[in-house]
Amino acid sequence: MSHATDHAVPYAVHTGTSASRIAGIAALILIVVLVALPAFASRSLIQDMFFILTMLVLAQFWNLLAGYGGLVSIGQQAFVGIGAYAMFGVVILAGLDPVPAILLGGVVAVLLAIPTAFFAFRLQGAYFAIGTWVIAEVVRLLTSQWKAVGGGTGTSLPRDATRDLWMTETIETVFGVRNAAARDILSYWLAVILAVATIGGIYWLLRTKRGLALAAVRDNIEAAKSVGVDAVRMKWTVFLVAAFGTGLTGALIYLQKARISPDAAFSVTDWTAFVLFIVVIGGIGTIEGPIIGVIVFFLLQSLLADYGTWYLMVLGVIGIIIMLFAPKGLWGLISSRTGIELFPVRRRLTGGALHTSQQET
Amino acid sequence: MALLTTQNLTAHYGDFQALFGVDIELNEGETIAIIGANGAGKTTLMRSISGVLTNQPDMVTLEGVPIGNASADAIMAQGVAMVPEGRKLFPSLSVEENLLIGTYGRKTAGHWSLETIYDLFPILKERRNNPGTALSGGQQQMVAIGRALMSNPRVLLCDEVSLGLAPVVIKDIYQAVPKIKHAGASMIVVEQDIGQAMKVADRVYCMMEGRVTLTGTPDSLSRDAIHDAYFGAAA
Amino acid sequence: MIWVDTIVQGILLGGLYALFAAGLSLVFGIMRLVNLAHGDLIVMGAYLILVFVSFTGLSPFIAAAIAMPLMFALGYGLQKVMLNRVLGDDILPPLLVTFGLSVVLQNAMLEGFSADSQRLPTGALSTASVELGSINVGVLPLLTFGSAVLVIVVLNQIFYRTELGRAFRATSDDATTASLMGIKPANIFAMATGIALIIVTIAALYLGMRANFDPNIGPARLIYAFEAVIIGGLGSLWGTLLGGIIIGVAQTVGAAINPEWQILAGHVALLIVLLIRPRGLFPRAVD
Ligand SMILES: Nc1ncnc2c1ncn2[C@@H]1O[C@H](COP(=O)(O)OP(=O)(O)OP(=O)(O)O)[C@@H](O)[C@H]1O
Ligand SMILES: [Mg+2]
Repeated sequence: MSHATDHAVPYAVHTGTSASRIAGIAALILIVVLVALPAFASRSLIQDMFFILTMLVLAQFWNLLAGYGGLVSIGQQAFVGIGAYAMFGVVILAGLDPVPAILLGGVVAVLLAIPTAFFAFRLQGAYFAIGTWVIAEVVRLLTSQWKAVGGGTGTSLPRDATRDLWMTETIETVFGVRNAAARDILSYWLAVILAVATIGGIYWLLRTKRGLALAAVRDNIEAAKSVGVDAVRMKWTVFLVAAFGTGLTGALIYLQKARISPDAAFSVTDWTAFVLFIVVIGGIGTIEGPIIGVIVFFLLQSLLADYGTWYLMVLGVIGIIIMLFAPKGLWGLISSRTGIELFPVRRRLTGGALHTSQQET
Repeated sequence: MALLTTQNLTAHYGDFQALFGVDIELNEGETIAIIGANGAGKTTLMRSISGVLTNQPDMVTLEGVPIGNASADAIMAQGVAMVPEGRKLFPSLSVEENLLIGTYGRKTAGHWSLETIYDLFPILKERRNNPGTALSGGQQQMVAIGRALMSNPRVLLCDEVSLGLAPVVIKDIYQAVPKIKHAGASMIVVEQDIGQAMKVADRVYCMMEGRVTLTGTPDSLSRDAIHDAYFGAAA
Repeated sequence: MIWVDTIVQGILLGGLYALFAAGLSLVFGIMRLVNLAHGDLIVMGAYLILVFVSFTGLSPFIAAAIAMPLMFALGYGLQKVMLNRVLGDDILPPLLVTFGLSVVLQNAMLEGFSADSQRLPTGALSTASVELGSINVGVLPLLTFGSAVLVIVVLNQIFYRTELGRAFRATSDDATTASLMGIKPANIFAMATGIALIIVTIAALYLGMRANFDPNIGPARLIYAFEAVIIGGLGSLWGTLLGGIIIGVAQTVGAAINPEWQILAGHVALLIVLLIRPRGLFPRAVD
């Protein structure tokens, strides 16, 4: 692709930029470092990284929904919670190993997303947002009635399940750590896989024809319809994909926590407000945005976490200020100053007559 | 001094420039007509005068005072009322409420009031409690004109009042023009119907592609000159 | 007989929910804005009244009357400096900004008033009741319901009988053409939010007199308000009252069957209405 601007070629359509190629190499190095991290990092760093990665995945999926799909949901905690509870359910009731049960968390989240979409898609815009929230509340209240997993007070993963967790024995011997730390390392690796797969998958999705259609639907539903994009199907696809990813993440988060309660697993603050601020601060509608956002979010939290309510107030104020004065977020500011795109999804036409004439004017 | 002027007026929609230095002059008591093909920039000119589009201050003046950067509500309060293209009645308001809202920003006593508007267009009195948008096109146009008159404006801007109406209805509506003039308003009338424009106007401006290409009194303009100013000289 | 009692209690509770919802409905009807901080503003109103009551020893009713102009000014300012900037075709900015506001308000109240629950002093009023036929009805719930009806009557009068109401409707139809009538849409929107916050103060008064409140209960009030608005049909104030009543009755009936089902029953009522009448019971013709 790098020779696409060669003068022998009249013109070429491509989506790469040199920044994106450098970013690609850097990403590979980063992935290797991330995977190797448990060999030399402390347990608390691994836990921090787990938190960052899982929040990043949640943010990427929320961004897919709201930033690309135009579906502003504030009920994503429904899928975090149901994914986590599904995992706890099969582990406690059917004795399944928690690791494969995570996949089931994603599947159950999709099963919940189908009726949710059925109701919520009847509501427009802002009312869609609150509608998803109501449904999340319904699911939380119903889960509180589920006595087998502890009802309103919640429960813990059974000891045997966490002790005999898939692969943990190997990790224990290789790294010479105790069982709890081995579980952290396993969860962390799973989070790395999930984050890489999510970013890669979303990047791939946005570059396909379907992804371009998605942008068309977001920008102008009527126009998109007139060129044959099925807006309803796009909305469903995005909603279900986001539910699956969010459910998986929920299950993974609670595998690491090993203790669950309805109020925590369906918390609108933890799983939607934070995620929303991450995306807004970083830059909505870009893949880079949530990455920047989660870093800023983590730094703020490390700085201010001791101040409790002040921390949330600062986060809210920053979110409002960004929305009012820099609605494209920090990444928007960076990329409009520098022109850098790490994950270019727009297709650009280079070479050929059009290109030259544009350069002359 | 002219009542209202535009001087070197320009207008943009994003990157697209719709007006290129338009100069218009309206004297007290005068009626001028703006003619031109679709897309010539007539509506853009009206929107620039009325403050829907804002400009450099001195691009538009009212009695010598620069108002080019004033907002629409401020300009309306100064006595410049507009009958917008496409009538733009408020669907949630009845006919009478549509008329009453015309005085929101300017409550100047004068010839025009609910009664005199109903005298001018008697059919509106019959339909006063109907939603504005339940009326025929011609009746809606009457409401739009009445709504603008309610504030007793000094300048009345009319954008294509005859658009889409049958000839008899157009006649009904234009019979109001002398009464409006008589009550003291100066008028700028945008018309695509050249014959109609020539009949009511003291002077005519013809626009093409964002510029004034011809001006003069109706009898001084030949058919050919108008044709050229309208469509461009046949090169 | 117990059922009649339950349903009457539910209807009266619906009055409170209609008070929560009326401001939301008004603002949505005029500028298509959903303020996600609406519930937190109600709770804030309750704290404001509480502060006046505890400093001056005045009755909550008088304290609320003092709070009203302050809340109006707050709403006017909020709309003018913040919310007007984010109005537009894109629904994302207003949602995110008001969500941010909700988080800020909640935590500011937690910081200022702690998480302890509070209540407005009511004296004998909270226990007073009247006999209505064979059932006993609390005076405070009756007063709440009466206030809700009054608020809706007054709002309808403003909307359909005053020049301001005409300007509300005209601006909501077409803000550009409204500006040609001399209307300043930015000020009209600010007036609407100001009025909404007066209603919020009334809602706060009854919220605080009827039950305990703490800084965290705002989002749940937003949800009840939202449910009432959706069930009633967007933009219809009487519909909003009916929506509030339906939520109220669903909750009391749910609670009578199993106390844990109270809130759930209200949500389920919304889902049922969405299923059979997706646009609510009294949808507006033009939308
Ligand atoms: N909102 C807008 N955005 C972008 N371009 C516009 C807009 N309104 C008008 N234009 C463009 O500006 C030019 C002048 O338009 P304008 O409406 O002023 O013409 P007009 O003379 O009133 O035409 P008509 O007789 O059809 O009403 C046209 O090329 C039109 O496409
Ligand atoms: Mg026009």
